[in-house]
Amino acid sequence: MAYDKFSVINTPAVPLPIENVDTDQIIPARFLKAVERKGFGDNLFRDWRYEKDGTPKADFPLNNPKYSGKILVGGKNFGSGSSREHAAWAIYDYGFRVVVSSFFADIFKGNALNNGLLPVVVTPEFLQKIFDAIEKDATTAFEVDLEKQTFTITATGESAEFEINPYKKHCLQNGLDDIDYLVAMKDEIAAFEG
Amino acid sequence: MEAKTLFDKIWDAHVVKKVEGGPNVLYIDRHLIHEVTSPVAFLGLKNRGLKVFRPDKTTATPDHNVPTQDQHLSIKDELSRNQVEKLKQNCAEHGIVYHDLQSEGHGIVHIIGPEMGLTQPGMTIVCGDSHTSTHGAFGAIAFGIGTSEVEMVFASQCIMQPKPKKMRITVNGELSKGVTAKDIALYIISKISTSGGTGHFIEYAGSAITGLSMEGRMTLCNLSIESGARGGMIAPDETTFAYVKGRQFAPKGEEWDNAVAKWKELKSDDGAVFDTEYVYDAADIEPMITYGTNPGMGVGVTQSIPTSEGMEGTDKTTYIKSLQYMGYHEGDSMKGKPVDYVFLGSCTNGRIEDFRAFAEFVKGKQKAPGVDAWLVPGSKRVESQIREEGLTEILEAAGFELRQPGCSACLAMNEDKIPEGKYAVSTTNRNFEGRQGPGSRTMLASPLTAAAAAVTGVVTDPREMM
Ligand code: SF4
Repeated sequence: MAYDKFSVINTPAVPLPIENVDTDQIIPARFLKAVERKGFGDNLFRDWRYEKDGTPKADFPLNNPKYSGKILVGGKNFGSGSSREHAAWAIYDYGFRVVVSSFFADIFKGNALNNGLLPVVVTPEFLQKIFDAIEKDATTAFEVDLEKQTFTITATGESAEFEINPYKKHCLQNGLDDIDYLVAMKDEIAAFEG
Repeated sequence: MEAKTLFDKIWDAHVVKKVEGGPNVLYIDRHLIHEVTSPVAFLGLKNRGLKVFRPDKTTATPDHNVPTQDQHLSIKDELSRNQVEKLKQNCAEHGIVYHDLQSEGHGIVHIIGPEMGLTQPGMTIVCGDSHTSTHGAFGAIAFGIGTSEVEMVFASQCIMQPKPKKMRITVNGELSKGVTAKDIALYIISKISTSGGTGHFIEYAGSAITGLSMEGRMTLCNLSIESGARGGMIAPDETTFAYVKGRQFAPKGEEWDNAVAKWKELKSDDGAVFDTEYVYDAADIEPMITYGTNPGMGVGVTQSIPTSEGMEGTDKTTYIKSLQYMGYHEGDSMKGKPVDYVFLGSCTNGRIEDFRAFAEFVKGKQKAPGVDAWLVPGSKRVESQIREEGLTEILEAAGFELRQPGCSACLAMNEDKIPEGKYAVSTTNRNFEGRQGPGSRTMLASPLTAAAAAVTGVVTDPREMM
């Protein structure tokens, strides 16, 4: 799946200070019936975001007009549960490009990276600083620099480095995906099969 | 020679290439697909002008979305029907074997793979579903993948994966009466939490594990993912070989003997090093039940709900939010909590052994009047076996009826949804908010504990009635 190339992002962030945000919350199963990859952002966090009759729940961060930006900040163990890639699609489709947490579930992390969504792991202390900064000023900006692998709280200049596998970094920076790579290897794969 | 773990042996034998500074290109022996996570992958393939590279290594069945009543009729929900139709079309177009509703091979992917002998020791197996870890019970490396990865396997029969770390969980001793593989799994997750296994692949070992049947091993490996691990596995042994032998796709004749000889090598060498190890005593495990909204929030059925004392920050707010959702209070005893629904089924506990245990328990008893019970076999073969063994009569006499196979209320994508606010004791794998229907409240437990709840209408220690 083609996605935008990633370099530097500088925007405010939306806080979601809840732990173990599982993929059933990110996108409930009843929205997985599509056969195309379209419009999943509308149902992102559906049951936390809307009442049953479709009215937005005012206290949910995505419905709070004071929050905006391309960065979603979640509590520890973000993305646990099902392997549904729809979770990463929904977050991307909604307009986020970065998810920050102190801990991600493995499959979610892989799915995010395969879809141009950058998972940034920071320490629990730094995560708290990010939440605090947003609490103080909802419009405060953060800078995510993929080349330098840094996440910076612009207001205070405090910065954290994050890890990313060099191969995945290269893919994100160039909007490439693994399938191109694998298809080019077909002869090698056939030889392996023997 | 360096001592290797079971995991290393299988993984290393499947690495086609190590990408510089990147993941491994891993060859996949079996790819299982279903209607929900495959259509976008097929579409991606089409957009690239590609065909499925090895259709003979791919097997399909619709399970997540299908009704569990009147399967001979056309599926009522338009979107669900469309997904199932799409799967059928895509399989026809790419030459993939498709097990349609009502056919002998139909069922939940993780149940039919082992049943047909598609799942074998030493293999790499993937599916766009996290509970693919089930197949690890045979000493295979099996794990769930996302849709992009499904497309990778379609395109190249490989995926790109970093090699995970290795964990060994040893459970020594013997399980007491009324304690099952499900309880071992819920016990482990309650100890190491839903993120304790992250980044790891688990090997289960110890006498309590080798003493399990294949069904029990599948239940345990199935739940590995709920600890955050990529998967779980158990070294193959005589129990494994006896289960695989004679199944449709199992090797035959001389090939069988050769295969078994190779499979016998599949175990961790003495001195092999694991990144993380845990050791438990089977005697400490009692029938488990969950009280919260993740599978790590479980206690022994005779215990009470832990208090939030000592928790801080988001830990505490998350805990309180979870109990609020369940309508429970810190310190409440779990025994005696009212139960509205009982669900027996899913890839965790939808196999014949689970139905036998449930039927044996309710034999001569009656379903509690206030309880709605949904009994959903994991596959057509399980359904047939239930009938052949005369379990249907026992269940019916006790006031239970059987539905048709599928994932059903495990994820409530079809019409089997637990209503808002209602309590379900469920033999499934996830008690997340709304997992079994918007507003549903799930308590995860074994088939025995589910049966005890079904006949009493409240959370009950099954040992008291055995
Ligand atoms: S039974 Fe539940 S967990 Fe298993 S494959 Fe179906 S939806 Fe997934």
